[in-house]
Amino acid sequence: MTILAKHASYKLAYDALRKHGVDPFNVRFDSVLSPTEGMLDGRRTILLGTNNYLGLTFDPDCIAKAVEATRRQGTGTTGSRIANGSYDGHLLLEQRLAEFYGRAHAMVFSTGYQANLGVLSTLVGRGDHLMLDADSHASIYDGSRLGGAEVIRFRHNSADDLYKRLRRLSGSPGERLIVVEGIYSMLGDTAPLKEIAAVKRETGAYLLVDEAHSLGVLGATGRGLAEAAGVEEDVDFIVGTFSKSLGSVGGFCVSNSPDFDIMRVVCRPYMFTASLPPGVIASTLEALHKLETQPVLRANLMRNAARLHDGLGALGFTTGPHANPIVAVVMPDQEIAVTFWKMLLESGLYLNLALPPATPSNAPLLRTSVSAAHTPKQIDTALDLFAQVGRELGFLSSDRRRAGGVI
Amino acid sequence: MRETHQLALVAGNIDLAEKPVRDEIATVFEQVLGHPVQITDDTDIVEDLGLDSLGVMNFVMAIEDFYDISIPLDRIAQVQTVGDLIHAVEQLRSGANS
Repeated sequence: MTILAKHASYKLAYDALRKHGVDPFNVRFDSVLSPTEGMLDGRRTILLGTNNYLGLTFDPDCIAKAVEATRRQGTGTTGSRIANGSYDGHLLLEQRLAEFYGRAHAMVFSTGYQANLGVLSTLVGRGDHLMLDADSHASIYDGSRLGGAEVIRFRHNSADDLYKRLRRLSGSPGERLIVVEGIYSMLGDTAPLKEIAAVKRETGAYLLVDEAHSLGVLGATGRGLAEAAGVEEDVDFIVGTFSKSLGSVGGFCVSNSPDFDIMRVVCRPYMFTASLPPGVIASTLEALHKLETQPVLRANLMRNAARLHDGLGALGFTTGPHANPIVAVVMPDQEIAVTFWKMLLESGLYLNLALPPATPSNAPLLRTSVSAAHTPKQIDTALDLFAQVGRELGFLSSDRRRAGGVI
Repeated sequence: MRETHQLALVAGNIDLAEKPVRDEIATVFEQVLGHPVQITDDTDIVEDLGLDSLGVMNFVMAIEDFYDISIPLDRIAQVQTVGDLIHAVEQLRSGANS
């Protein structure tokens, strides 16, 4: 017995998975060549599962800005902003984010995970009520435990269930905060934000939208689902990340809340961690500029997403409901999912194997994420490989329903 | 106000008063699982009924709908047996009525 013996059931499941001769959660790239290609075991591999939506990780301007800032200000800040102070870049990025969203305030965190941890635990506390979509990301669940608010889960994407639960709370004291995501990370589906905003208005709750996967992806100017759904006025807080469409790392929150800045001295996941290094801030600023000034990136992204989503559907695979940059293929069982994933990897296609309980239903998923940087040819190669492996495993031609049908 | 509380306490102490809740929970279980179940207060919801985390969530949501209550996540975490669940449901219902 060791102190970690309590995780024995996970170890068993993980060991069983690794018996297939692969470790889907520990893939080791020899090198990464571009936003869409890497080397794996000496093979050139298409990256179709790295959330690199706008393909900016190798953008020459973003790299140049990061290099210049690193030379000028060093590799790191070696501490938090409350202890070591803010650099000009931290303040400029907050100002630029506030301008981009048309909000009064912005606050930058060191990761997107910490942004949710910090914002959720600071906005609501003991005596308040936090209303979470059942399919919320782990960072939202973890953040919900940090603040001590009462946490109530509503059915995924059901404004009716949310309303019912808020009605049950009527008469009890405390604030209510509704938390939803712009694009859900497993299936790529979006929240019914118009309906949820209506519930928010009727019940007097606050509304927070996590746009981690929808910044730079949805909305006429890339501000996310709140913009696309036309309900930005109803969204009190937007949380997001720099680690997907902006190609770096870090998180943020924007809001018009007049006393927003008090968070800087009460929000522990902001206060007690090192701030982002100058190079990261500089590349993020440049990427935000690209996001704003190059709408063609978003157009290419959505074109690629539709090409993959429609192509997989035409082959007979069951995918998520929307042609968003996250396209998930539903697998009938874990055995086929792992084999399918391994065969794709050995054919030069990398994507994510998502297994329950990380998936919203009991079905395993092959989760892909598309980039603006993918060429149509790369998407077609991916489709060919899906078709080839699907046929080899014998569940494409024989019975289409075996490919899923769960969702 | 005090009288109401005392009445509620008395009702809670009568053994018979707990049985309908267990029967109702059994009915909801059957609806979720699709087959009849035998449950006692000691039945372990995960171990004995073979529910995975998704199954537990669906079951809890069905219970919440049945009683028109919401069971907060920290309370769900404390529920291991049917007896724990009956206790949680009764507490939440009496809280809602007070």
